[in-house]
Amino acid sequence: MNILRIIEQLSEVDADVLGRFDSRRAVFKTLGNTAKLGALAAAPAFVSSLFQKAYGQTTSTGVIDVLNYALTLELLEEDFYKKMVAAGKVPTGAPQGAINLILKHESAHVKLLTDTVTALKGTPKTNVKFKASAFPADYATQLAYAQALEDTGVRAYKGQAGNLIGAMAGTTSLLQVALQIHSVEARHAAHIRTMRMQAPWIPAADSNLPAPLGPVYTGATREDNVMQAGVDVTKLGSGYSASDAAAAFDEVLTMAEVTDASRAGGLIE
Amino acid sequence: MSNITKSGGDDAEFAKPLYTPIKRRSFFMYAGATAGATALLLSGCDDDDNNDSMTPGTVSLGSGDVGVLNYAYALEQLEAAFYAQVKATPAADFSAVEKDYFSQVAAHEAIHRDFLKAAINRDAPGKIIQDLTPVFSSIDFTKRASVLATAKTFEDLGVAAYNGAGKYLKTPAYLVVAGKIVSVEARHAAYVRDLIANGSFADDSIVDAATGLDKAMEPVDVINAAQSFIQQKIDASSVGK
Repeated sequence: MNILRIIEQLSEVDADVLGRFDSRRAVFKTLGNTAKLGALAAAPAFVSSLFQKAYGQTTSTGVIDVLNYALTLELLEEDFYKKMVAAGKVPTGAPQGAINLILKHESAHVKLLTDTVTALKGTPKTNVKFKASAFPADYATQLAYAQALEDTGVRAYKGQAGNLIGAMAGTTSLLQVALQIHSVEARHAAHIRTMRMQAPWIPAADSNLPAPLGPVYTGATREDNVMQAGVDVTKLGSGYSASDAAAAFDEVLTMAEVTDASRAGGLIE
Repeated sequence: MSNITKSGGDDAEFAKPLYTPIKRRSFFMYAGATAGATALLLSGCDDDDNNDSMTPGTVSLGSGDVGVLNYAYALEQLEAAFYAQVKATPAADFSAVEKDYFSQVAAHEAIHRDFLKAAINRDAPGKIIQDLTPVFSSIDFTKRASVLATAKTFEDLGVAAYNGAGKYLKTPAYLVVAGKIVSVEARHAAYVRDLIANGSFADDSIVDAATGLDKAMEPVDVINAAQSFIQQKIDASSVGK
């Protein structure tokens, strides 16, 4: 147990480690007092509070922005499914079961993200509603919008993963949390797609569908893309069809693309 | 906050500080966490662990980003081999649509395998793991139910594996590609689950009812779960280190 060794190791990755403490002298004075009192058992708690003071406030606003962006989409989805349930067009049985399960998850995501933003001392986004005038009257179109929202969610979370590298809330990796939401959105998307008699994954042809679906599958990187990290996927192995190559990877949408009026941005009240 | 990611990998997560050299990213796991303080102190000891020791005949996935890529490559090899067999000898009780969809899934998994192989060989020459030999003796490929049960295991495991490994990638481009793959695995998982029981695509057995989170598992736990399907002994202990 060696506090000096800890600080030495920290200094290898964070040159400013000592600058983060109130002052170098204060740290060692307090440490000395702790040792003098023989309160060795209290040392872990002391070290914890020391580092909390030094690093506790360093969460960047970038991370809060990303979380509030995710929260905006979750609020939009939650309100959409609430409207869908309230409209009363979802057939009883399996369809109602599926929509209620998805709504339960979106509400859980809203709560989780709201609590996380609050814990990070940010102001969580509230009061995002699905535009009433855009809400479809018939069940088939409602499902098409559900597909658009879920596949948008999949693409949107993917687009932010890089901004969450190393982001933590306490001991929790925010990147991992985002990934754990992201794959649930993909499960939702797959099921909604099958409710619409579509393949659970995104075929290349979907990039050419009319709105509201088509724009979801376009953007700087369209869903019919076959180039991954500089590799032409159709030329791998003994060759793959462009359709399989496109469907094997879901693509990203940027924040600007998602919030554009042609996509989710145009569905917010 | 600490309970929002309750999932399979918690034990491994807590054990890790005992033998992991402290890095900036893992440091942030401890900052602000009283519970982590003891682990932090243990990490403060001199590094005397040695991850290079290897049992002969064991395939080590390696460390750093290439370790994570090899880990994904190992899992994709397994899935691709499984679906190639499903496609080659489809169960008699599969419908025509199911056969068509499973041949598409087979292509997706083969693409993931071949893509990872190409990326590892290009970016980390000489670091790729060997071709693995699948062990599918426990699977009855002539029975739809047996195939679906195994497919569900593989797909849910694959999703949890990518979800748990993303945080170990340091190169944003790799993270994005992993994200592009994992959502397709989740689509497969949902499809297979719905074939077994319609509506189970994201039921409470796989998605936490309170948090709405999918599972995330640590590499060692995933490999433990998959080991019986692979002839070679896989060592995932240094993935993410």
